[in-house]
This record gives sequence, C-alpha cells and structure tokens, in this order.
Amino acid sequence: MHEVTRSETPGAWEHAVRTRLVSGERFCGVLAREGSEAVSLRAFFDRRGVLEAEELVVERQVGRYPSLTSLTPAAAWYERQVEDLYGLVAAGKEDREPLVTRLRFRAGGELSEALVSGATEETLRDGSFVVPYGPVRSGVFESIQYEVTTSGENVERVRPAVWFKHRGVHARFEGASVADAVLLAERSEGVASVAHALAFSHAVERLVDGGVPVPAGLVRVIHAELERVANHVDSVVRHAEAAGQAVAYANLSLRKEHVQRLRADLCGNRFGRSVVIPGGVTGEPRVDWVDLRRAVDSLARALDQDLRALLETPSFVDRLRGTGTLSLDTVRRFAAVGPVARGSGVTDDVRMLRPYDAYPTLGQVVVEYPSEGDALARQIVRVHEIDASFHTIRQAIEQLAGFSSGQERSWRREISLVDGEAIGWAEAPQGELLYVVELENGVVRTVASRSASFHNLALFPSAFPRDVFTDFAFIEASFGLSIAGVAN
Amino acid sequence: MPWIMRGLRHGVVTSRYPRLGDGYGDGFAGGVTVRGDVADAAVLDLCIADCPTGAITVEADGPLLDRGRCVHCGRCVDHAPETFSYSPNFQTARSGREGLVVPTVGEDDASLAVLRRRVAQTTAMFRRSVHIRHVDAGSDGSDEWEVAALTNPVYDVQRLGIFFTASPRHADLLLVTGVATVGMRDALLATYEAMPAPKIVVAAGAEAISGGLIGHTYASLGGVDHVLPVDVYVPGAPPTPFGLLYGILIAVSILAEPLGGTR
Repeated sequence: MHEVTRSETPGAWEHAVRTRLVSGERFCGVLAREGSEAVSLRAFFDRRGVLEAEELVVERQVGRYPSLTSLTPAAAWYERQVEDLYGLVAAGKEDREPLVTRLRFRAGGELSEALVSGATEETLRDGSFVVPYGPVRSGVFESIQYEVTTSGENVERVRPAVWFKHRGVHARFEGASVADAVLLAERSEGVASVAHALAFSHAVERLVDGGVPVPAGLVRVIHAELERVANHVDSVVRHAEAAGQAVAYANLSLRKEHVQRLRADLCGNRFGRSVVIPGGVTGEPRVDWVDLRRAVDSLARALDQDLRALLETPSFVDRLRGTGTLSLDTVRRFAAVGPVARGSGVTDDVRMLRPYDAYPTLGQVVVEYPSEGDALARQIVRVHEIDASFHTIRQAIEQLAGFSSGQERSWRREISLVDGEAIGWAEAPQGELLYVVELENGVVRTVASRSASFHNLALFPSAFPRDVFTDFAFIEASFGLSIAGVAN
Repeated sequence: MPWIMRGLRHGVVTSRYPRLGDGYGDGFAGGVTVRGDVADAAVLDLCIADCPTGAITVEADGPLLDRGRCVHCGRCVDHAPETFSYSPNFQTARSGREGLVVPTVGEDDASLAVLRRRVAQTTAMFRRSVHIRHVDAGSDGSDEWEVAALTNPVYDVQRLGIFFTASPRHADLLLVTGVATVGMRDALLATYEAMPAPKIVVAAGAEAISGGLIGHTYASLGGVDHVLPVDVYVPGAPPTPFGLLYGILIAVSILAEPLGGTR
C-alpha cells in the first residue's frame, strides 16, 4: 500500500499523527497487522477523501507504543482492541479495561482470562450506583452490556462492554482462501453483509489492479442500497416499537419484510449473501428488470408514505426531538461516521468521497441533512437516505436494462491473485467500513477490518448529555449499530 | 387517525401457516438437498473440498449433507447440480442433531421416535401457549432480525399463542442464536438455569448448531450444545422466519416432524 508512511520511532509516529489531526484530517482508526516478531500499527486518516496511514512497527519484545488518546478520544477504543488482540500496551493510557475480548494472549501465545478485569475504579457521587444492563436484555437484541451509572433516573455515565460476543473472526481469516474469506466477511457483521463483502472485495481488486465489469458494478450497487434501506427501516421500526406506535410498527416491519423478500428474490438470500465476490458478482439477478423496477417502485412509494406520516406524527417526533443529542464538536472529536455523524452536520459519505463500483456513473442525490444532532435528526437522515437509495437503485436498473446482449452482460472478471496488501472500503448502512487485506501464496495471511459500528459505538456514552433511562432504547436505535460488527 | 386508515389499508397480510400452506414460504429455498443422481467421484471430491464448513461427506450409499453445517453458499449446487439442489422447503428443523443430515436413512426412525417422544412429553403443556426467551450467544446479527421478524404482521406468532418474554422466569423455550462464545457461556447458562422446568432449548442457525463458518476458535465454542442440552435444531444461515416458526412449532409438538427419512 503506497498510502502508508512508516515512522522509525514512536515519537515520530506520534508527531505525524498530531500533525494530521491539527490540519483537520479525519481519524479513521488504528488497524493492526501481526507479524511473527512485531505488530504493525497503522493510524488511518481521511485527507479530503484520500485515505492515508501513519505506520509504527512495534517489536513484541518492546510491547509498548505511545497512546494517541490524548490527541483524539477516538483512538481510545482502538488502543483497548490492540491490547486485547495483540497484547501491546498504549503507554500513558489509563483505561485498559478489556473491550472486545477478555481472553488475552500471554507472551508465549497461550490464552488466559484477562488479568485486568471488572469495572474501572470510579468515584461515584453520593446516591449514584452502577447498573449492569445486559448482556441478556428484554427483547430480541444482540448481546451487549451497558454499565449505566445513575442516581435513579438520569443517566450519568454509560460504558458499553462488548466482549461477550467476540467470536475470533480475525483468527478465522488467517489462512482462508479468498473465496471463503468473502463468506467470513459477510458474517463478521451480518446485517451489513453486502458492505463487508464489498469492502473485502475492493481490497483484493485494488491489490490485483482489477476493476469489475460494468453490469457487475451496477448489481453490487442495487444490493448495497437495498441493504441500506433494510437497515434504515430497521432503525425506524425499533423507534416505532419503543414509542409504542403499534400501527407504525406493524406497517414498517411489514415494509422491512418486503425489502428482505425482494433481496431474497434477487439472489436467494435475504441478506444478499454470496452475491459479491472479488472480480464481480456470482451471477445475474434472478428477477427480470421490469418486475424489479415495479417492485422497487411500489416499495419506495409505500415506504415514502409511511415514513412521511411518521415524521408528521407529533407523539413520535416529540419523543425523539432533543433526545440523545450529539454536538457537532463531539461528532468531530470522535470522527464519527455514517448517519450518526450526518445527523450532527458532518456529511462525509464514502460513496462520494471515494466512489466505487457503479457509483461514479450514477447521479447521486444531494440530500439536505439536518444538523440538530438528536435522535430525530439521525432518523431524518435515514428517511432522506432511503429515498436517495431508491433513486440510485432505479438508475442502476435502467442502466442494467440497457445491457441487452449476452456479450455485454458479463458478471465477473477472472482474478489472478498476487501477494501483497491493499485497503478496501465501502459505505455500509452504519457508515464507513475499512478492510486491509494481506494475501500470501494465494490465501489470506491477515485481515484487519474496522466497522462503522465499532467506530461509532465509542461515542455512544457521549449521547446522554441530559438524558434519562427511558431514552435509552431511542438513543440506541438511533445509532443503528450491530454489536457483531463491534466485537467480531 | 391517519394511522388507523393506514393500518386497515393492507387488509390481512398474515400468513395462514401452519393451518394452511404459505405460497411464499413453500417456494423459498430453505435448504440444500441431495438428489438421486450421484455426480462423478472427481466432481464430488471438488464439492467436498470446496465446502467451507465440511458439510458434505460420502458414505457407501452416496453423498450426505449436514444441514447443521451448511451455510447456503451454493458451491456444491454449482459444481454438481445433478446431486445437490436447493429444495423449496422451509420445514427443515429437527429434534436430534442426526436428523439434519440428508438424506436420512430409515433405520434411524426408532431412535428418532424416542427423541421425539421425549420432546413431546416435555412440551405437552406448551401446546396452547409458549413463552420464548431469546439469547444471542454470539451471532453475526442477522439471526436477530429473523427472530424479530416473527412478530411482524406477516408471521405474527402471537396468533399461535407464541410470545417473547423478557424474563427467563416466565419462559418455557430458550431460543439461542450464535456460535456460543466463551464470553456468553455464563450468561447463557444463567438464563437457562433461571427458567422453570419443564423447559426446552432450540438452537437456531448453522452457527448455533455447529459454529457454521466460524466453527471453533479461541473465543467460539462452535455450537450451543457445548453449553446446553439442545432439543430442536433449526438449520439456516441465518434461519428464515418460516424456518424458525416451524422449529418452534415442532418443539412444542404442535406440528409433528416427518418420519421415514428426509430429503
């Protein structure tokens, strides 16, 4: 990857990171790559749409590197993850509680339960107490525990503990064939399967310098946008359920079911799995263009009416307004991504910053985003994006219908794998998704991925400036994240 | 007021299943099946080598496919369509792990019958109404969408006396998704132990049954039955809402599993 600059000393690395942050570049996260003797840490930045990294190689014997948390709070979770998975300690960092897993590797490579355990010491105000909420919560939810500090009603502090769900997906990537690795990518965050398969495939395609046939790029866009619609509708459904809007819940969950069925009609899988592969897609959509267009039109119309009505329902809107407000400053400091950032006025979108597949040929809808930063703003963002997604899907279908003859309609390009490493990205429904893929002898050596869910959950505790217990469900739904993608 | 009209506008969208068949569900490819024609040994070998979860084996009678491992990647169907094909059948859940291997052979019927009788005895009193506690023991997140879909107006499981409950104290049936991670082991056990007897456990999805693509890792135990005794297994990656509903219905003995082998 030629976008990577390597620093020779920890001090130089810290300085390089500081310089980028001061010049306003967006911090995208720290991704690690494990070698036999050393671990390479790359701090990624978005410089006006260009992705670049500052690299520091940390010898295992040294085992320490300078913490970046004092430079950006967004680094804190990455440093806990690096310690959990690779055993390196961020020097000068206070919060070393395990994040993604409590199973730590001893120096010899043997597994042990984390030595640092339990909640970090904190001073509780008079009358305050800590409630562990989860990992098994009321309702059908992914497992996560929130340590909520409260004095009864006000939420004073929230600390997410995500390690319950850690499956060790990164370990399964090692040595996998590229074909199997795509399937693993799909399962690292199941509700964003298409985005994960895309980001992984983009990395492989960049490594071998190959694009995908135009029709394949269009099919990818259709699947990716349907996935976005499904996720956004899911977030609204959860809000309707939490707000006790029974008819809205019934209507919108019916629409979500229709979106899932349309996705299954296209490829046989309700989550768009086994469609995206490096080099293109596995095959032609199973629905004829005319029928697809008709299905998309009717779905778009129905959703538009329901969502419009919901945003005009005072009892719903009032519940979200002013709830879980994230200031523009908070969102910038944590370098948030996706609808969470867009609700507070940061409009970055990878589909426009670093367009991929068929996006450059499809006219993007310019969406006017709200900037209030509350749960309502995040939901308005989603409603606008659903509309824009349908617009993009319609355009893609029009273009695909134009490829009439068999010769033009090629779905995949053969790829001859080479050794090396590349980065791929996609705009998942939750926001920017990054994959660094390293191939050796035709199989995967390492994969480091960073989901938007991981990056955004770190600022969840900041979303309770003056909120109470009963706001919890609304704020959580407005983030629209998947815990599988955080702790995978 | 506008919402009342909106609610009425659709008419009835709820499936008639299980009282009647469901046109959509019956046509949905719920699992891979093994057909009569056996492909060349070389092609079968390719299928076995290419299967990402080792779901295919070859016995003297021909190839066998373990739906408890199958993640629906479709590679075997591409390689050997004469042998493997998607079957339009969502009623793939079984009590007993062996029942997921297709085609099942007749001689297993006696042991299966014993298993089913045990399940039926346990759940006789759940037939009129069953309360479910769901636990995610390390899923990829998609399983929860499908479980949650059971309460949407299409599946509307409340009409069948099936309810999701917040407290394990009120639960009859534990529905588990995910690979069973080391991190969730204690919480899963605690939930199970908090449930009053009699109780029944349903493992939903290839990951919950066998670990699926994740399998065993340092953090994954590779299936719920490494932690709890599982009564009913629902294959799928993830299982569809219809597949889950069928699994719940056989778990509470409202529906009977087919005897005499599965295709």
